[in-house]
Amino acid sequence: MKNNSIIKALSAAVLIMSAPLAVMAQETIKIGEINHYKRMAAFAGPYKNGIELAMEEVNAAGGVLGKPLEFIFRDDQGKPGEAVKIAEELMTREGTVMLTGTILSNVGLAISSFAGEKGYVYLASEPLADSLVWSAGNPYTFRLRASTFMQAAMLAEAAAKTDAKKFATIAPNYAYGKDAVAAFKKNLLKLKPEAEFVAEQWPGVFKIDAGAEVQALERAKPDAIYNVTFGPDLAKFVREGGDRGLFDGRQVYGLLSGEPEYLDPLGAEAPEGWTVTGYPWYDLPSGPGADFVTTYQSRWDDYPRIGSLVGYMTVQSIVAALNRAGSTETEAIRSAFEDLPVNTPVGDIIFRASDHQSTMGAYVGSTTLRDGKGVMVNWEYKNGADYLPSDEEVAKLRPSK
Amino acid sequence: MNGVLKTERLTKTFGGLIAVDDVSLELQKGELLALIGPNGAGKSTCFNMLMGQLKATSGKVYLADEEITDLSPRQVWRKGVGRTFQITATYSSMTVIENVQMALLSHFGDILRFLPRAHLLHREEALKLLDLVGMADQADRHCAVLAYGDLKRIELAIALAHSPMLLLMDEPTAGMSPKERVDLMELTAKIVRDQGVSVLFTEHDMDVVFAHSHRIMVLNRGKLIAEGDAGEIRNNPLVQEVYLGGGTLFTSEVESHA
Amino acid sequence: MELFVAQIITGLANASSLFLVACGLSLIFGVTRIVNFAHGSLYMLGAYLGYTFMQVLPGALGFWSSILLAGVSVGVIGILVEMLVLRPVYKAPELFQLVATFGVILVIQDIALIVFGPEDLLGPRAPGLRGVFRVMGEPVPKYDIILLVITPIVALALWYLITQTRVGVLVRAATQDREMVSALGVNQAWLFTGVFGLGSALAGLGGALQLPKGGADLLMDFHILAPVFVVVVIGGMGSLPGAYLAAVIISVLNVFAVTYLPQSTLVLMFVVMIVVLTIRPYGLFGREEVAGEHGQVGEPERPIKPASPRVQLLTSVFILLLAMMPIYSASFSLVFTTDVLIFCLFAASLHFLLGLGGLVSFGHAAYYGGGAYVAALLVTHANTPMELAFLLAPLGAGIAALVIGWVCLRLTGVYFAMLTLAFAQLLWSLVFQWGEVTGGDDGIVNIWPSEWLKPTIVYYYLTLLFCVGGILLLRHIAHSPFGYALRAARDSKRQAESTGIDTRKIQLLAFGFAGFMGGLAGALFVFSKGSVFPNELEIARSFDALIVVFLGGVKTLAGGVAGGVFFKGIEDILLKFEYWRLVMGLLIIFVVVLAPEGIVGSLRKGAERLNLIKSKDM
Repeated sequence: MKNNSIIKALSAAVLIMSAPLAVMAQETIKIGEINHYKRMAAFAGPYKNGIELAMEEVNAAGGVLGKPLEFIFRDDQGKPGEAVKIAEELMTREGTVMLTGTILSNVGLAISSFAGEKGYVYLASEPLADSLVWSAGNPYTFRLRASTFMQAAMLAEAAAKTDAKKFATIAPNYAYGKDAVAAFKKNLLKLKPEAEFVAEQWPGVFKIDAGAEVQALERAKPDAIYNVTFGPDLAKFVREGGDRGLFDGRQVYGLLSGEPEYLDPLGAEAPEGWTVTGYPWYDLPSGPGADFVTTYQSRWDDYPRIGSLVGYMTVQSIVAALNRAGSTETEAIRSAFEDLPVNTPVGDIIFRASDHQSTMGAYVGSTTLRDGKGVMVNWEYKNGADYLPSDEEVAKLRPSK
Repeated sequence: MNGVLKTERLTKTFGGLIAVDDVSLELQKGELLALIGPNGAGKSTCFNMLMGQLKATSGKVYLADEEITDLSPRQVWRKGVGRTFQITATYSSMTVIENVQMALLSHFGDILRFLPRAHLLHREEALKLLDLVGMADQADRHCAVLAYGDLKRIELAIALAHSPMLLLMDEPTAGMSPKERVDLMELTAKIVRDQGVSVLFTEHDMDVVFAHSHRIMVLNRGKLIAEGDAGEIRNNPLVQEVYLGGGTLFTSEVESHA
Repeated sequence: MELFVAQIITGLANASSLFLVACGLSLIFGVTRIVNFAHGSLYMLGAYLGYTFMQVLPGALGFWSSILLAGVSVGVIGILVEMLVLRPVYKAPELFQLVATFGVILVIQDIALIVFGPEDLLGPRAPGLRGVFRVMGEPVPKYDIILLVITPIVALALWYLITQTRVGVLVRAATQDREMVSALGVNQAWLFTGVFGLGSALAGLGGALQLPKGGADLLMDFHILAPVFVVVVIGGMGSLPGAYLAAVIISVLNVFAVTYLPQSTLVLMFVVMIVVLTIRPYGLFGREEVAGEHGQVGEPERPIKPASPRVQLLTSVFILLLAMMPIYSASFSLVFTTDVLIFCLFAASLHFLLGLGGLVSFGHAAYYGGGAYVAALLVTHANTPMELAFLLAPLGAGIAALVIGWVCLRLTGVYFAMLTLAFAQLLWSLVFQWGEVTGGDDGIVNIWPSEWLKPTIVYYYLTLLFCVGGILLLRHIAHSPFGYALRAARDSKRQAESTGIDTRKIQLLAFGFAGFMGGLAGALFVFSKGSVFPNELEIARSFDALIVVFLGGVKTLAGGVAGGVFFKGIEDILLKFEYWRLVMGLLIIFVVVLAPEGIVGSLRKGAERLNLIKSKDM
């Protein structure tokens, strides 16, 4: 009968839809890596290269816990809801032992909340939001990269040393921009109580009206400007500001503006004399930092971005945690991450037990032009540990369990 | 006997243009009254004021002694006025009978019910109405595939759903073949006889007007210029001048909406 | 005063690209009635192509000819798109073409990535125009002055083309009455193609012209879309002077807002739009749409029937299989099916509005995301128990829908659609910007269900219950007197009103109800993911639902659900490939071209042709 055949077809469809994939014998240790490979290809690409480089090194040296390490890369399209679904799929269907990844803070926060709820370990590699380890922190989430607060504090420290009094800020109008301005203000006023903020500009992210912003900043006549814009917004801001003389005789502090991801697209129009956080891979003195650059360049025929470094350090951190845990059990990995020391290209870092933030720092220096490209000079590596609040302060920030 | 419909000095101006000028008319129970006039005479404007689609500039409209001036189309309908349109308006995604059921649902206050199956409600009544207009055998056909004449009949059934005392028909035979025209007007006359409903209609086709109306009123440039039975109107020199002078006596052009 | 003048100049310069892109869109809409969502992609292509040409062609001459070349090339691309993608679907139901243009967006995104690479490109400077002029002592970039001059020239040229040439006469005639143009013996197909090409060229020109003030990146297609739509709608769809005036108003206001209300920049544009449309419903220079202009195109919709016993049996079996899923499949399949069910409910709620009511909402995400946010805000700020928040969420979304619907239902057709979009965007920008309450971009996290609902299986059953229940309820109401009245109001408002049906009330209630159901889907979503972010309110989320409803089939009751399953299923498979957007875009275009009735509609037709189903009155 026709009815029967339709029912059969339907049940077959449901079965196919839901059939569990044959679980392969557990020969490798799998890590689930979720990122916006498509939406932020320029950032995720170098990051992935960093991971693969480190993974090859680890596996060439015999893997971890006697098994090869394997990363499963998945694209979340930059959507938090999608990322959570993938996280679940990775942990329940693909057999990964922990999760890592993401650049966008909101996606990181979504995975973090999910991981905290389900009890999966999540190493947030690149997202910067302060809330990730503080107000929205949970026992299962750890973060590698120096947060917004830390990097803003480094710039505030530099700004406090000048005699500038009147500051203006320009930051994208969303959580990251607001965090970045708040952290800068807080740290600057602590070091320099007489500082005054004469203008705060909030362009929509990637919707900057640069000419108007420059006019508004100029109108406030600040001594110094703190910039948080990035990407295409930064390019437009730099160009309009340069043309209209906004930066003449003013000190400018640029959060992340020295990272190759943001500085390089500006080419010969990169701003000169800004104080920025970034990654001066080209001038690193011989040592682990320069070694990483050399290895990376020979492997990929390209220079590393900050994402490459973070990707590389992500693998190092995970390997260190697995080795310390001695197993792939979630609870073992989780406790292994607490106070975990990792030896990395930027030196020794520690994942603090109090807030699960690593002490990875950032390079602070000033920008100049060299061979028609923006570079950082007079830079210094600032240890993240010096810019983090104390354990007691952090305890107040984190939700009580 | 009181008039079913009465207008008193009904006037409508658009800016400086007077579309309907001081029109007073009265319609008796069971009467079939034709409102004629050349293009732009103000017939449609007049109709739209009666139905509440347009607000009158001045003047009053009474339905069986109750004032209905400036009521909304919905309110006018509730008072017992049905209408058909110059360009047919039916629900193209429904079957014939569902079109009629729709009007019945509205009449019986069922519109805001969420649970019953609509197509099972008031089916008997709808079939009766369809029978009345000779469409009962096509009750379950899809409305969108029907001939134009059939759509007009459905409209008529819809308009009769709430047993109105007054039926307004705007150019009921526009766009129909001669045979369809005769059929529809005979049907209308029968309904007037059987149901005691009064009909006011506008028409371009003079054959239709002269053959089927009890009384005729002629509108020109917004003013009533003549009134009487077929013979009187035919021989009225003013009417002849208006039509022959305008040369539009027997055209059936579609009058543009005011 | 000096600053004031300088600010006006900045605003006028900013208006330039916006105007070019917007007038292209307006032109295309005016003549072809196509709402071209891919217009932002054409703008992006203009920027990339202009950049590429500038790398090759040296000097000032090279620079300016690159801009022209970019415009011409994008025009050619537009012509190709029109001929290959849109021409086959002009006869398809109203607004079906916009789904095709969405497919084009996806294809262009991936092609741009493949050809131009992922890095942001900084636009080259215009040779000889670096630096500033001093206007009353204030610095004004030289290029701004050039833009200030170019825009009126282009606008005048367009004006000349449209008012003084035969082509222009035809274009204007087509804007007012398409049938007349074909009656005049003009080849309408080629007129459409030409206008689409011209509109595309203007978008490309806009993209290339803004290079010295910005650059080219892969996100600029969506970023220009909202402002351009706002400009076109404020100006009046189809009106070029309107587009110019609106572009200037928006740009100049924006410059002042940046200085005096720096926090308001995101919200401002949509507030202006809502204010203008409230006062002038058809925009500054728009005409009221003539009734019937957007009437049913193509085959009229069929009467609906309650499911036959056979279909009821099949549905029951399918639901039973879903209910038994935890027995025979893995935990992740439940998670995936939960997602699909939620999405189907969301799509079905839009389908109710769009299919039965003929009310094309471009902003349905407002209620889905709105419901999710209501639940999340209640849990976070009022410590509401999860069960209560879950029930209040759809209520909140429903009330929001009633309020928004009350305003939007004064308009019809495309204006209605655009106003719903504006409200959704307004809601999005409020949530995005009001960080203290909504968490802004960082969203609201840790919104998990109560203990007893936490296990995946239990939550799966909760979702199954509410989604299947909701979809069946929507379907049941379609067959109720209310559902019939909703269709009556769509089929013939005249007749409905003249038989005592309050069409506005019916449509408003339907809007509220669809919002309620969308909110229910949103509530299910937020507790399944544990967090909510502004992107659940984005244009893209509204588009997801629109595409699904159109692909599934607007004119069939099962369209929303079938489209939801199909779309999610395909997406799950495609996402594992690198260029999934390209494949997805092509697939969407394919479905649009080959199955203009949607999946369900075309399957039904096919089945009828093969005599598998009896059909009456074919």
